[in-house]
Amino acid sequence: MSQDTLWEEVVQPGATWSHVLKRGTALRIVDTEGGANAGAIFFNFECPTERYNMPDTLKAQHIARLGKGSALYSDMGRVLCSVIEDSVGWHDPIGGASDAKSVLKKYGEARYQEHRNGFHRNSRDSFLIELGKWGLGPRDLTPNVNFFSRVDVSADGAMSFHAENSRAGAFVELRAEMNVLTILNTCQHPLDPEPGYRPKPVRLVIRRVPPAAPDDVCRLSCQENERGFILTERYFQ
Amino acid sequence: MRLTPSKLEPAHATYTAEVPAGDPWIREVRKGQYLRIVDLHGNQAVDTLFYNAHDYADRYSAQDTIRTQANLYLTTGTRLISSGGNVLATIVADTCGRHDTLGGACATESNMVRYALAKGHMHACRNSFLKAIIEWDQQRPGRILEKRDIPSNINFFMNVPVTPEGKLTFEDGISEPGKYVEIRAEMDVLVLISNCPQLNNPCNAYNPTPIQVLIWEAAGE
Repeated sequence: MSQDTLWEEVVQPGATWSHVLKRGTALRIVDTEGGANAGAIFFNFECPTERYNMPDTLKAQHIARLGKGSALYSDMGRVLCSVIEDSVGWHDPIGGASDAKSVLKKYGEARYQEHRNGFHRNSRDSFLIELGKWGLGPRDLTPNVNFFSRVDVSADGAMSFHAENSRAGAFVELRAEMNVLTILNTCQHPLDPEPGYRPKPVRLVIRRVPPAAPDDVCRLSCQENERGFILTERYFQ
Repeated sequence: MRLTPSKLEPAHATYTAEVPAGDPWIREVRKGQYLRIVDLHGNQAVDTLFYNAHDYADRYSAQDTIRTQANLYLTTGTRLISSGGNVLATIVADTCGRHDTLGGACATESNMVRYALAKGHMHACRNSFLKAIIEWDQQRPGRILEKRDIPSNINFFMNVPVTPEGKLTFEDGISEPGKYVEIRAEMDVLVLISNCPQLNNPCNAYNPTPIQVLIWEAAGE
């Protein structure tokens, strides 16, 4: 553990985690076993109506994938967090979240009454429960990011899950550019063809980091991000 | 691309309106009714949202819609899925062939990011959406719609292909004057449209133009 590390913890398979990631810190997510999926949504903690916006993120950077250098934009033209390290190269911003119906259909029924904490959980309900803890609800359920997963799109628009996108030990690191309410769960990707209910854990490392320097990789990855970082810095001035 | 014309005659529509460039439009469409949006002059992006008219928290979800059909582009046969997993409406006719739901709506803030910090004054879809829902709320106290109720929308007539390398590209429109898309409401829905005022990219051919909206009664009525 480096001296900048504040703490580490594990998000168990199928479990949910939330935290207000402070500006000046970074969250490293580690796929300890390989094949994990970390679904995540993001809000400006000080004003949660400002939240992660999938289209603004994609169109500002002309991407349908996230990786090192990517910024995650809010609907207000600011960068909530940015990807400063990434050993995977492709994280899915379009596939969305599983729900109770799709999990039941795919994996069958496994209730708490018989399976205790091995019961089948789904991403949508997990987000809603965690949103509820922060006074938020169904109106605040936004499109999510799926870290470690990849969805390919063919010329005719067909979407397919790209297997073995992430290996054991793979990681991605998000630097908070604002104070970001981050909600994350480890439910399986909704397009993952794996027939069994086998969510994987992730390890989280939170550490102190300096703010984005003038030559920062995320700031300079496109002109749009240079302006996005200026608008984000103005918010704190 | 598969094109599917409609059999419905404009003369039989029970509601017709022209929505000027840059204006919003909001109206309830009842279960079974048909809504047609006509790109009168071609290459006009029509930013559109659907809500369960009886529960606005249950609203159009771009991710659920594309994942359910395992395809990025919307056309005839696409079921528009809500955040609660319900079918709000179905696209039943389409003479354009492909519609976008990744590009979202333009906003004054995203214009500053995408084009220049000095572009923040330009009219944008999310301003139109907000204006429309404020007026809708004023007419119906207690049915509150706010900014957080504006999720990622559909862009009818907009062409935003994704490449195999994961790049998102804004291409010239594939729509032409008179092309239309027709939607059957599968439940009572509230439809919110912003006829896009964007002048900074080719989505409106740099010249936003009016659209026409028509509604037919449910089959058999």
